[in-house]
Amino acid sequence: MTLLSLKNLTVRRGECPVVDNATLTIKDGECVGLIGPNGAGKTSLLRGALGLLPHEGQSNLAQLPAKDRAAEAAWLPQKREIAWPMSVERVVALGRLPYLARGASLAREDEDAVNAALSRMGLTNFRDRIATQLSGGEQARVLIARSLAQDTPLLLADEPIAGLDPAAQIATLDVFQGLAREGRAIFTSLHDLSLAARYCTRLVVISQGRIAADGPTDQVLTKDMLAEVFHLRADIVLTSSGPLVEPLGVLR
Amino acid sequence: MRLFGALMVLTGGMFLTSLFVGYAAIPLGDGMAALFGAGDPLFVTVMQDIRLPRTLLAAMVGASLGLAGAAMQGFLRNPLAEPGLIGVSGSAALGAVIALQTGFAATFLLALPLTALVFAGAAVGLILLLAGPRGSSLTLILAGIAVSAFAAALTSLTLNLSPNPYAASEIVFWMMGSVADRAMTHVWLALPIMALGWLALATLGRGLDALTLGEDAAEAMGISLSTLRLQLLFGTAAAVGAATAVAGAVGFVGLVVPHILRRFAHGQPSTLLWASALGGAAMVLAADLATRLILPDRDLKLGVVMALIGAPLFLHLIYKTRREIA
Repeated sequence: MTLLSLKNLTVRRGECPVVDNATLTIKDGECVGLIGPNGAGKTSLLRGALGLLPHEGQSNLAQLPAKDRAAEAAWLPQKREIAWPMSVERVVALGRLPYLARGASLAREDEDAVNAALSRMGLTNFRDRIATQLSGGEQARVLIARSLAQDTPLLLADEPIAGLDPAAQIATLDVFQGLAREGRAIFTSLHDLSLAARYCTRLVVISQGRIAADGPTDQVLTKDMLAEVFHLRADIVLTSSGPLVEPLGVLR
Repeated sequence: MRLFGALMVLTGGMFLTSLFVGYAAIPLGDGMAALFGAGDPLFVTVMQDIRLPRTLLAAMVGASLGLAGAAMQGFLRNPLAEPGLIGVSGSAALGAVIALQTGFAATFLLALPLTALVFAGAAVGLILLLAGPRGSSLTLILAGIAVSAFAAALTSLTLNLSPNPYAASEIVFWMMGSVADRAMTHVWLALPIMALGWLALATLGRGLDALTLGEDAAEAMGISLSTLRLQLLFGTAAAVGAATAVAGAVGFVGLVVPHILRRFAHGQPSTLLWASALGGAAMVLAADLATRLILPDRDLKLGVVMALIGAPLFLHLIYKTRREIA
């Protein structure tokens, strides 16, 4: 089943297109990594796909009414904000907001979804802690749990593992992989190419707003692509647990 | 729920105390009967025409300011925001000052509050024009600051050019804010407008909860930010504009009350909305009571007492914020 379908999506900042004619589809069961250098348009592509930015072209999500879209796709922005000193449990429960009628309190299934999200992110013991008093990495995990609590077929995440310790990075990507195996889909931007290669079933490379490559990890992740898109001289070492990208130098 | 109960008891208690404590010593039983028009006609006049409107207005003004303050802080995600930020109260005060200066205020009882309301409405129009219907919260703040500054400048100009020292002193006293010597007519003027404002603000809870996670995340959860902003603007204009129109400028309530209650509301913006409405009512009732008890002969102004209570609390807030950041 197709969960995300972009056709000729273009997002402009002023006159200049920051996402240029992007076309792609994502089906259930896929964990798709979005890679590209800083400023390539990763965030704009994800936000444009959700309809959070004015755009040309089509996105199946942007065409939905806001409330229906919230049931189809959860969004984890790069900027991690928890404005008020709320408990971890309350922050995660905000993910249930799209399903709650005005003024209604959490129903049984909402609480189940919150508990499941907390336990997936290993936060069960943190549930009564004040979220704003946690460390940056812990807050990031709380916000990931929040997006999981929304319990949508598709999750769009913008650099979800930036600033997490190595174990938390792996744990988060394990969760994403698990979600994909359950038949959901993940579309996440990542900067760690080795982790992207290991955990994603497919990579989308974006360069100067254009989709430069889109395909299975081993076909996309080549020295030529790294040189051309990332201006990076790198070794790609095939190990038993997947390819390992070792950046060696910058190409000018 | 415990918070709701505690605040209801507190506000109810302050309301009754405000009704039964005052310059004229009226026994509790007689006062109760007089409230419903029975007993000594003098008591009836005091209770129905002086104490009841004063108490009702104090509660209404406090609820409006508390609610608008909680909504504004929730929307801007900043504990230092307050309802006066968007320039509604400053503009309403300008309207009142012009009404007093031109003598229009003396033509009929509601001339002053009506002028103030018209100016509050005009301020919202101006802010929408400046910030655009879809602008960010930053443009909203900047537009509000511009409108406030302009209203303050025109208020000063009016005072500056006032040929009559009595008019000038009347204006100055009005601007200090008070709910004394108001009639039920004022209640009936303000109540429907405030009620519209309360309705607009009280239904913001869901959107404000979502905004805890930032504008992007809120929008992705199905919250329309432009609708939210319009509703906030009109709700604040109606509630705070009407409050300023009948009571003058009463500061600090919208700033301090949400700050005090946030902890008890578990930080949840939707809970804080109604909690701040009740808390604001209790605080203004208490401050008005203080004006009557501390210097009963000197007509101490509500806005002055509120500022005397509010400023130290605000200092405490800054001190606490500093420690949290450090």
